[in-house]
Amino acid sequence: MTAEPAAGLDEGALRALVPQVLAGLVRRGEDFDAAEDALQEALLEALRAWPEHPPRDPGAWLTGVAGRRLVDARRSESARRRREEAVHADPTATPTADTPAEVDAAEGPGDDTLFVLFCCCHPELSPASQVALTLRAVGGLTTREIADAFYVPEATMAQRISRAKRTLRGKQLDRPGDLAVVLRVLYLIYATGHGGRIDLAAEAIRLSRQLTLATEEAEARGLLALMLLNHARLPARTDSEGRIVPLDQQDRSLWNTREIAEGVRVLQSALARATDAEPPGRYQVEAAIAALHDDAASAEETDWPQILAWYDDLAALSADPVREDPAAVLGRAVAVGHVHGGTAGLQETERLREVLGERHRWYAVRGYLHELDGDLPAAATAYADAAHRATNVAERDHLIRQAARARTA
Amino acid sequence: MPKYLLLKHYRGGPKAHKPYPPMDQWAPEDVEAHMAFLRNVRHTLLESGEYVDGQALTPERTWVRWGGPDAAPVTTDGPHPETSDLVAGWYMVDVDSRERALEIAAYVSSEPGPGGEPLYEWIDVREVMTDVKTD
Repeated sequence: MTAEPAAGLDEGALRALVPQVLAGLVRRGEDFDAAEDALQEALLEALRAWPEHPPRDPGAWLTGVAGRRLVDARRSESARRRREEAVHADPTATPTADTPAEVDAAEGPGDDTLFVLFCCCHPELSPASQVALTLRAVGGLTTREIADAFYVPEATMAQRISRAKRTLRGKQLDRPGDLAVVLRVLYLIYATGHGGRIDLAAEAIRLSRQLTLATEEAEARGLLALMLLNHARLPARTDSEGRIVPLDQQDRSLWNTREIAEGVRVLQSALARATDAEPPGRYQVEAAIAALHDDAASAEETDWPQILAWYDDLAALSADPVREDPAAVLGRAVAVGHVHGGTAGLQETERLREVLGERHRWYAVRGYLHELDGDLPAAATAYADAAHRATNVAERDHLIRQAARARTA
Repeated sequence: MPKYLLLKHYRGGPKAHKPYPPMDQWAPEDVEAHMAFLRNVRHTLLESGEYVDGQALTPERTWVRWGGPDAAPVTTDGPHPETSDLVAGWYMVDVDSRERALEIAAYVSSEPGPGGEPLYEWIDVREVMTDVKTD
């Protein structure tokens, strides 16, 4: 990362430096909030200056500029802070008294990413704030880009980010955070998908890849594999008009074989670590299911018995799957439908009626199972019920089409 | 330029010019034609530089009011009379005149329904108040 940048400015490489530089600033005692602001300014400065004057060491350049911004910011503060000013003007300054103590001594790009991820996914932040802060402080996206991705005004997103940073102010950021929260935040970013100029799914994959360099945790690999194996089908998932194409009707030649190969490789390296005492976690299991779909040359060749076995494992991860993980039980019902017939699958969905009975997905799955069963009128009614409850325009339109098709078939 | 909200309704409004069944009971090709028309409306308004926003709402509605100090908000999701207004979504357009807003609304209302016949759906046109200070 210290190589000379190519003639044109590589924005991706620039953004990849963000966690490393930010971690360095926070580790030497800078306030997370102030350091993040200073780094954003340094990034803008880099976009202006680098095309003509590429730095020899981009990371050091950013650290230097951000450091000077921090000093400037402090200078403009009141006289009461003059003492600190003297300390920080000196680049060899020792950390101030409120420095987070004893930050893990092992430093490298991977550790930096993990360190900043733990800051951004601090348990006291709301999920929306965790997502926004992660995209800015780890992903290096601008507030404007994040706002566009979530279709909210820029001022709203700026406020969300600054509130989140205020929450972090004065917090001890030296303790390892909860990796499960980080994984959930990354998955949330992935699931938000892609709209506007920023492809959040691709961004989540990039961040997860960085995370797998920072931790040996198998679930981090499981999450990366899951994203890759699902993302591989993205080109086939909608047609040129934006209409949803269901899995069994997709043109499989459009699937991204490179992503599938990488996803399978990452998944295998994760599963290789599993033991009887520590079985694969939910992301690995979901990735295994995605891999089996990706592996089928046609919908008819899908290995449903194997998928059902993985769904059994997935449900077994929860003490009370119906309440704790209804999505797994619903996915399992589809697999049951393929292995044991639509009627058996429909029976499985009955267990979920109380929990999911008002959600469109429950009706949509029942429509599909009725179709497997050959009961088209029931399928049409279920699809129409699903369409009525859908919260996404493309899905609603798809369900109306399914209903109309089943009714006239 | 004035902005107008063109509201589509699930129910409510003047008596339907021509009743029609819910869309899931149309022939598949009529569903496709209807959806293609709506995609084209958005595309046309983007092209003409008049499109500001377009959103669809789910039909579920909850009424809520303050419950008073130290009390939870009070909600009700029914019963609503079948004739009560229920907004389904909107286009917001930024146009030269009220006439143009009505013209766009009438075009939206010509969306094809069963058998490719126009739906004659009533569109509720509302002007958006500006918050720009006038001298």
